[in-house]
Amino acid sequence: MRDRFAPVVTRLLDEDPRVAVVLAEIGMADFTEALRRHPDRVVNVGIREQLLVGAAAGMALTGLRPVVHTFASFLVERPFEQVKLDLGHQDAGAVLVSAAASFDWPAGGYTHMAPGDVALLDTLDGWTVHVPGHPDEAETLLRHAVAAGDDKVYVRLSLQANAWALPVDGKRFRTVREGRRGVVVAVGPLLDTVLDATEGLDVTVLHATTVRPFDAAGLRRATRSAGTDVVLVEPYLAGTSTASANDALADVPHRVLGLGVGRAELRRYGRIDEHVAAHGLDARSLRARIGAFVGAVPERV
Amino acid sequence: MTITEQHAHAYGFTDLPALMGLMTGDEKHGPAATSTLDVLWVLYDRVLRVGPERMDDPGRDRFLLSKGHGPMAYYAVLAAKGFLPVDWLPGFGSYDSPLGHHPDRVLVPGVEIGSGSLGHGLPIAAGTALGLRAQGLHEPRVWTLVGDAELDEGSNHEAIAFAGPAGLDRLHTVVVDNSSASYARPGGITARFEAAGWSALTVDGRDHEALYAAFTAPHPGRPHAVVARVEPKDA
Repeated sequence: MRDRFAPVVTRLLDEDPRVAVVLAEIGMADFTEALRRHPDRVVNVGIREQLLVGAAAGMALTGLRPVVHTFASFLVERPFEQVKLDLGHQDAGAVLVSAAASFDWPAGGYTHMAPGDVALLDTLDGWTVHVPGHPDEAETLLRHAVAAGDDKVYVRLSLQANAWALPVDGKRFRTVREGRRGVVVAVGPLLDTVLDATEGLDVTVLHATTVRPFDAAGLRRATRSAGTDVVLVEPYLAGTSTASANDALADVPHRVLGLGVGRAELRRYGRIDEHVAAHGLDARSLRARIGAFVGAVPERV
Repeated sequence: MTITEQHAHAYGFTDLPALMGLMTGDEKHGPAATSTLDVLWVLYDRVLRVGPERMDDPGRDRFLLSKGHGPMAYYAVLAAKGFLPVDWLPGFGSYDSPLGHHPDRVLVPGVEIGSGSLGHGLPIAAGTALGLRAQGLHEPRVWTLVGDAELDEGSNHEAIAFAGPAGLDRLHTVVVDNSSASYARPGGITARFEAAGWSALTVDGRDHEALYAAFTAPHPGRPHAVVARVEPKDA
C-alpha cells in the first residue's frame, strides 16, 4: 500500500496549496515529479529525523499541512520528543505516514522494525491513528488524514494487506461477521487471517482501520449480541489496545485477550510470513488462541 | 494610538531590571539571568517587524526563543513592548499564571514557540522559514535564540547543516555565548555555522550598536548567525 502514498499525496499537492511533503531521503525517488511541480512544498531534509519532525512543525505553524514520511522506527521512535513537543506541545498538526510497520523488512532486522509505534503514540494526547488493511483503504484514509484540519494523524502503511478492500470512514469499526460467543477486533491487514482463523467459530468479527480514537461505541454495540469476551488482534505490539477495550466496557463484566506482535526481540531475519508465524499471528495459531479464549472447540483451519 | 500602546511604548531598556524584579523580587540580577537581555531588547526594539497588533499577520517577523531557561528577560521585554500585561509578571511560575519558568506559546501572547527542552527552536525555525517560502512570503525574517551550551544538542546541527545548503536566507540564529558549554573550543561556534554555509559574525553581546549592526548585516543567499558574547556564566 506504500505504492499508493506518493501518487495520492502528489494529487493532494496539486489540489491543496496548504499541503507540503517532508522527507528524510527515504521515499524521495517517488516524489520526483511532485518536486518538479512544487519545488517549495516537497522538502527533503536529508538523513535528519529530528529536523524532519521539527521542520514539519515549523511549516505547520506558518499554516501549511505537512505530510511527513519515513520508516516507522525513524518517524515515531527516533524523534519521539519532537513528536511530543514540536507537534503536541506546540499545538501544531501534521500527518505522519510510516512504512515498514512491525516487520515488513524482516531481513533488515530489528533496527527497521517498529512494533511499538502505536503504543508510543498512546502516551500522547490527541492523535488519530489509521491502520489501513488494503491499498484502497490506504488511499481513502490518507485523504481523510490530510483533510482533518490541523489534527495530528498517524497513518501506518504496511506490505501486509488483505485481498479485498472494505469501505472505511476514518472513524468506526466495521462489522464483517456476526456471532454470539465473543467479539474479535481485527486491525488493518490482519482481517483476512482473522476471518480464516475464526471460520466456523460463533464470533463477531469487527474490522478496525481507525484505531485511535478507539471506537468504544462500536465495540459496546457488538458486545450486546456477541457477549463481552473480546479478542484484539493487532499488527503491532500485543495488548496495545487492551486498555482502550477495557475502558469501553468498564461498566460491565468482560474479558479481553490482546494478541499481536510479541515484545521479545526474535533476532531472526527471513520473510514476513515467518515472522507472522513466530508471533502466533498465523491463522492456525490465532484459531487455537481465540477458540480457547471464547470456549469454542477449534474444528478446522 | 490606543492608551495601551502609549503605555507599552513608555518602557525603555532601563526599565527592564524593574520589570524583571516583579518576577524575581529583586532588581539586581546576575549575569546568567540577564545574558539574553541586551540581545532581546535590540531585536524587539529595533530589528523585528512585529508587535502585539501583528501576531495574526502572516507577514510578521518571527522570533523563536529556543533557550527557554531563565525567561525573565524575555517576559520583561514582551511586557515592555505591550505583548503581555505588566501585571502578569508578579505571578511568574505560579499555578494560575501563564508565565512559566519555560514559556508556552499557547499561554503567552507574542510567544511563537514553547521551549524548555533544548535544541528544538532552530529546527522549528528552519521549518518556519521553509513554510513562509512555500507560501510566497519572502519578506518575513525568522529569528531564533540559542545558548552556547544548547548547541551541544545534536538536533541543532541537523538544522545548521541543512539550512546553509538549502539557502534559507530568511533564517537567523543568535547564539548567546556565556561560555557555559563544558566542552568547547575558541571560535568553534562560528566555525560550525560557516562550514555549513552560513554568514556568521561575533560581537559583544552587551553593545547595542554592535548587536544592531550584526543583526542587520546583509547576507544574500545564506542564513545568518550572530554570536553574542557576554560574561561567562560562572565568572
